[in-house]
Amino acid sequence: MYLDSDNRRALTPQLALRVAVIGGIALVAFGLVFFRLWYLQVLSGDKYRNVAQANSVRPIKVQAPRGEIVDREGRVLVKNRTGLAVKVTPEKLPADSGARSALYARLGRVLDMSPARIEKSVEDQLKALPFAPATVKSDVPNELIFYLLENKEDFPGVEPEQVFLRRYPHGEVGAHLFGYVSEVSQEQLESELFRGVALGDRVGQAGIELEYDRFLRGENGASRIRVDALGNLQRTLRRREPKQGRQLKLAVDLDVQRVGQEQLGGAAGAFAVMDVRNGEVLALGSSPSYDPNVFSKVIRQSDYERLTSEENGQQLLNRATQGDYPTGSTFKLITATAALEGGLITPDTVQYDGGSLQVGGVNFTNAGGVVNGALALRQALSVSSDVFFYRLGVAADSAGDGLLIQQWAKKLGLGRPTGIDLPNDMPGRVPTPAWRNKLFEQGLTDRAWSVGDNVNLSVGQGDLSANPLQLAVAYAAIANGGKVVQPRLGKRIEDASGRPLQELEAPRARTLKIDPANRQAILDGLRAAASEPGGTSTDVFAGFEIPIAGKTGTAEKTNGIDQSWYAALAPYPNPQYVVVATFEQGGFGAETAAPAARAIIAELFGTKAGDLSAGGSQD
Amino acid sequence: MQASPYGTSVKGFRDGAVPRFIRTDVLLALASVALIGCSIYTIASATSGDIPGDPNFFVYRQAAYAGVGIVLMLILSRVDYSRFREWKAGLYVAMIGLIVMTFALGSVARGSRRAIDLGFISLQTSEVGKVLLVLTLSAFVVDRMRRLGERETTSRVMLLALVPAMLVIAQPDLGSGLVYLAIVTAVLFVAGTKWTHFAGLGALAAVALAVVLVAAPAAGVELLKPYQMDRLTAFVNPTENPAGQGYQQAQSLVAIGAGGKTGRGEQATQTKLDFLPEHHTDFIFSVVGEEFGFMGTALVLSLFALLIWRCLRILTMSKNLYGSLIAGGVTAMLMFQVFVNVGMTVGIMPITGVTLPLMSYGGSSVIVTFMALGLLQSIHAQARETALAKGPNPALI
Repeated sequence: MYLDSDNRRALTPQLALRVAVIGGIALVAFGLVFFRLWYLQVLSGDKYRNVAQANSVRPIKVQAPRGEIVDREGRVLVKNRTGLAVKVTPEKLPADSGARSALYARLGRVLDMSPARIEKSVEDQLKALPFAPATVKSDVPNELIFYLLENKEDFPGVEPEQVFLRRYPHGEVGAHLFGYVSEVSQEQLESELFRGVALGDRVGQAGIELEYDRFLRGENGASRIRVDALGNLQRTLRRREPKQGRQLKLAVDLDVQRVGQEQLGGAAGAFAVMDVRNGEVLALGSSPSYDPNVFSKVIRQSDYERLTSEENGQQLLNRATQGDYPTGSTFKLITATAALEGGLITPDTVQYDGGSLQVGGVNFTNAGGVVNGALALRQALSVSSDVFFYRLGVAADSAGDGLLIQQWAKKLGLGRPTGIDLPNDMPGRVPTPAWRNKLFEQGLTDRAWSVGDNVNLSVGQGDLSANPLQLAVAYAAIANGGKVVQPRLGKRIEDASGRPLQELEAPRARTLKIDPANRQAILDGLRAAASEPGGTSTDVFAGFEIPIAGKTGTAEKTNGIDQSWYAALAPYPNPQYVVVATFEQGGFGAETAAPAARAIIAELFGTKAGDLSAGGSQD
Repeated sequence: MQASPYGTSVKGFRDGAVPRFIRTDVLLALASVALIGCSIYTIASATSGDIPGDPNFFVYRQAAYAGVGIVLMLILSRVDYSRFREWKAGLYVAMIGLIVMTFALGSVARGSRRAIDLGFISLQTSEVGKVLLVLTLSAFVVDRMRRLGERETTSRVMLLALVPAMLVIAQPDLGSGLVYLAIVTAVLFVAGTKWTHFAGLGALAAVALAVVLVAAPAAGVELLKPYQMDRLTAFVNPTENPAGQGYQQAQSLVAIGAGGKTGRGEQATQTKLDFLPEHHTDFIFSVVGEEFGFMGTALVLSLFALLIWRCLRILTMSKNLYGSLIAGGVTAMLMFQVFVNVGMTVGIMPITGVTLPLMSYGGSSVIVTFMALGLLQSIHAQARETALAKGPNPALI
């Protein structure tokens, strides 16, 4: 036993101290860890629980279909179709850039896209929003989607997603009105107009789609799904169904719109049909047109260039609101109003038309050198005497500030946007001495303003530029007693089944004070032009069931080919509609524009246009 | 009784004069078995979805390792630990040999070569090395007890530990290497090495750290693997790279915090949806935190506190210096791993890849820890035996 006690050691003070030191270290370390756990779990538990929730619960946007657009009879003009988009999910993309490039190359072969384009587009989108899936292609045929799904290992991170795309069942009919829809841009997201829109949403980018976007866009649905660390779906926690956007009823009449476009038949030109009483636009067309279905997917640069090129007739240009034309004799309505209201003449003031008028050394002649003799306003409008209106131009230039015609043109809606519910409606130009003199000072034109400019303006020539819709507004104002209406395409917001939700009130029209006698004289003149012997469009409307009043116009242009115009009010004597048609290369107004207007009016009133023996006597 | 130069013979305490329960440190045994129970319970919940079609894959394996470990612990508890002092040279060579063999035969897992595949178990040699290092270092120190005050003794012992530590760090297994350093420090400390020597060692360590972390990278020499550097820098600045090493620690913090007071049970999304990486091995404490809350973490920590208290108590009870040194080494090994691992999960320590003893899934770690505890039970049993032989002390019973 004593040997044992050799081994047996008493607890020396040194060992006791050292054990105490180790114990102290353990105590401090345990204390630290306990304190830390208390802080994390008891004091901050709620905070970390929220972080854990955010980790595993992911909101998924469910795209809402846009509302449809229907015509005044409820016929569908723009609807939705579902398409499959190919998207890539950033966290599942290969991390290695070489592997990513190989993926884009494989994807490019399947989708018929260049790998460089895919790469750029995806990287751009991921830069804007790093964690959201990026769209590679919007509308991919089902077979390709199946192929991608069957070969999932070769396409990591590539996933299909259902998207709603626009469909235009009537092709070119009304194409210029609708505009198009595409994914919202970063700048748009920051604008008040697109409040509530999330990145990746598709919004209206032009036309009606843009103007009424806040009604048409729906309310996206949201799913909350539980995902694991790799982003794989575990289960759906909650789902809020998407709400389709509101349906928009337009004032447009599909049949009238179609007839108008048929009448233009691909020739460069435009037309506008409007209710004179309230500005409702029943048809508004531009030619050449295009099939907006090309815009339902991603808009390709090549498509855009083709549709805006001069050779192809700038198909995207809406000539009805953005045209930039001299109006020819259709402007005489404005000159007449100005002269009557400005006291230059009375409806019965007789002036002599000797076929030509010498002003400032320039000889202004009637078209075709016709001599009309002595005539008053009604007859001057009926036969479209240029000399009669030249004289008014001269008189207006020296009366008062010399801006009588310009002021009335402005009052009647020229030289300013019509305010139609379409973006980019252009003001055109009413030429004034100040405008031309300024250009001259800047050396941009060869001469200053002279009385000859006013003479040209009096018959809608020279520097005047306007579009068919502006002219329709001016004619409507004379027809309705002085109300300068604001043209409206949108009529009503409805729910998906067509029940009205909100009438789109037309803005209050500006009212001009025009002497009813003066007004009647002008309307009589226009009526005579379409009905009495010698009237410029009498032949066109011979045998036509609907009594109309109308004015031809032939605008001389620098390229030598005259632009043809016709502005009609129907039915006479209490006009309900104004129809304006123009052909950029139509020659005399009575030859092309007037027959087109006749066909449109026939459709408006549901009568047969009949066979036309086109060709009026003169302009 | 036959005397041996190294201590009592095995016969001495085998004669059945004392009831076995007195020879065993019951609290130590309970704490260790409770911890392995917590481990299996936590693994069952954390890994049920990890292997499709086999929800109990890790549970059965961990239970089997626990079984093997407990058997080895029982065997070791009845073996005279002083035998190992005789075999110190052989054990040391075996330890170095095992670690070196790993470089040649080891299987690569996640970029490092740490284990030899034996078919039924993948043997992590660095784990086995821990217990062998405790046994051999203690033996060397006992041999040089008379010259303990000499600087040469301290240097030699340090060198003996540094060789395996560096080899293990080169595997690369930084965590185990650091455990080796903790063991040698503790053995020297318990033996009574002068404070001045520790001060010198501390200064040397500081210089070495500065060289490894700052000077060498600046000179273009890579002493630590890039990921090891990442881990250390991620700890300093966790938000810098949320997808990298800092991610694991951030997810661990979220998991533990989200557990709150009582845990999330089945709602433990961090664990169940794999946001928490390595949730059955290095980050098992985070799973305890998320699933069972502060109640769970407090329970596990209390069990570890109990374990360490019993280890220190055995250290003081030991009938000889060798036993004390072994107890000191094992205590340091356990303490270091517990604090570094738990500290890592709660964000107050860098990520070093140290497992949580008895909790983390893994055969080598579980078995080696039980073997170490078996040694402690042996020390305890012999101490009791000796005390009782000197005369019963009712206060101790």
